[in-house]
Amino acid sequence: MSKSLSWFNVTALVLGFAFLYIPILLLVIYSFNASRLVTIWGGFSTQWYGALLENEQLLDAAWVTLRVAFLSSLVATVLGTMAALALTRYGRFFGRSLFSGMTYAPLVMPEVITGLSLLLLFVAIGLERGFWTITLAHITFTMCFVAVVVQSRLVTFDRSLEEAALDLGCPPFKTFFIITLPLILPAVVSGFMLAFTLSMDDLVIASFTTGPGATTLPMRIYSQVRMGVTPEINAICTVMIGIVTVVVVFASIMTKRQEAQRKRDEQAAAAH
Amino acid sequence: MAKTRTQTIGAVRRTFSPWTDATATPLIRFENVVKRFGAFTAVNNVSLDIYEREFFALLGPSGCGKTTLMRMLAGFEDPTEGRITLAGQDLSGVPPYRRPVNMMFQSYALFPHMSVADNIAFGPKQAGMAKADIDARVEEMLTLVKLESFAKRKPHQLSGGQRQRVALARSLATRPKVLLLDEPLGALDKKLREETQFELMDLQMELGMTFLIVTHDQEEAMTVADRIAVMNHGVLVQVDPPAAIYEQPATKYVADFIGDVNIVECVVDGCFGGDLRLSTPITPHPLQIAQGDAGGVKTGDKVWLAIRPEKLRISLEAPDAAAGNCFAGEIFDIGYLGDLSVYHVELPCGTRIKVSQPNLSRMVERPISWEDKVYVTFTPHAGVVLSR
Repeated sequence: MSKSLSWFNVTALVLGFAFLYIPILLLVIYSFNASRLVTIWGGFSTQWYGALLENEQLLDAAWVTLRVAFLSSLVATVLGTMAALALTRYGRFFGRSLFSGMTYAPLVMPEVITGLSLLLLFVAIGLERGFWTITLAHITFTMCFVAVVVQSRLVTFDRSLEEAALDLGCPPFKTFFIITLPLILPAVVSGFMLAFTLSMDDLVIASFTTGPGATTLPMRIYSQVRMGVTPEINAICTVMIGIVTVVVVFASIMTKRQEAQRKRDEQAAAAH
Repeated sequence: MAKTRTQTIGAVRRTFSPWTDATATPLIRFENVVKRFGAFTAVNNVSLDIYEREFFALLGPSGCGKTTLMRMLAGFEDPTEGRITLAGQDLSGVPPYRRPVNMMFQSYALFPHMSVADNIAFGPKQAGMAKADIDARVEEMLTLVKLESFAKRKPHQLSGGQRQRVALARSLATRPKVLLLDEPLGALDKKLREETQFELMDLQMELGMTFLIVTHDQEEAMTVADRIAVMNHGVLVQVDPPAAIYEQPATKYVADFIGDVNIVECVVDGCFGGDLRLSTPITPHPLQIAQGDAGGVKTGDKVWLAIRPEKLRISLEAPDAAAGNCFAGEIFDIGYLGDLSVYHVELPCGTRIKVSQPNLSRMVERPISWEDKVYVTFTPHAGVVLSR
């Protein structure tokens, strides 16, 4: 080991991670607390996870959240991929920069504004607010994230692969599904997962666009916390952290593997 | 067995020249084809006939429009004007996936997520062939390119040369009427490239297919092709068999682009049938050139004499007056290449002439050296007079 860690580096690392993860760690630990009082440790227990299964309100909210997240990220992935294709493939069409700017604007748009404007729209067209309006809103704000991820992959995509397929008698539509899509799939999947987690975590936009009978988990937790934190909240948050972690880790592994594969291919290509 | 086949191929090669036969119908016709990209004209009014079983090369510097011309035949670009026909069928509006033409890409464009066998099977599968026939075809193609044991590999597990062969096999698997090769050997090293050139020629003969190759490498074009079209700035400059391109270039551009050449500006002093007498400021003596048909030049015209370095003779002793045309000069530089030496001879007026001589013997009593006074001679048939 020529480069050992100095005490300064170690301290910085520990403090940095502590700052980021102690609150979360605390929440996870207290979800296994036997005591009803949130801040007093009463021994290890998994009773709150059991209680969770009987808490209809929380379970309903979780179910709504998962449905919204799945449906909205699925649609956002399709739309985002299409937007990325249009932006990379059709070099110069009328209004290209406007379209590209409009695709990326929601990335930096304050959520309050996105939420409010969507609410105004839904009210104006008389759409009954609830599950579908939340889903639509989530599609709107997650689509651009998918577009960014997929576009960065498409930029390095070798067009001659598609031309080769066309040349060998494969029509364009089929070429997209058997050549292009399999090759950009890792990026599309990462985009989907990003959209999924964004949708699951969202509180602000969902609060603006929801209606009676469609309460998402973040909304339910937020409203319950105002009346005091219960260990059940800790438990459900731990479960959510687990899901998000799994999804994020999986997405980053996909991206890493894709990157490594591309590097290998490039090296192999340079070797001859 | 192999011997008889070679003889047959030889016999075909000796007599193959459909472009001289007025009754032959061309397989591919480019008729006044123009391609513009915005204000830039990539291909300018090209008319070209390519015959069945021909190995045809499009040769030119990068950006001369040769690739665009090929891509129009493949269907990736549409001509702005003019039309392209294949076996009598107008190709306008026919998408690439419906043309009986396949292309081998410069980057090979092998599908990275498919095995070698799946890559080769791709075309036949799209054509809707039966499973058993596809398997047989893949087997046949793998044998053809000698990659039988690599069927299960992925493209990234192959060497450059092997990938090139897979790309070739894949583009041949659907038995297209025409195979287009876009700089097919550009990524290979020199030795492998030369070997592959001969393999390509034999393959083309064996399959009896029409090959159209795009290349910027003149040696490659000369080696493989029956005919070469030299392109520059989107225009066809000359279309001829390799020997004619080299020995009878149509313009200075072609003479200069193909191989090494000395170009000397001259004025025509007199025409005697096919023989020309030229005067040039670089030597006091008039030059005698046998042009055959005089090439449409007349007395008083400004012309260029193009002479290949290997058609000049160099010696230390002054030649007889009867030896023909002669320049006297001094050795300025020598390039020793092993098989031959290239001498740069500086004439009194400052012009430098390139002369190459084969090194026929291992021992030379008095080798030509720097600053030697030398005489460069050439026969009336050595050079060609160009009027543009």
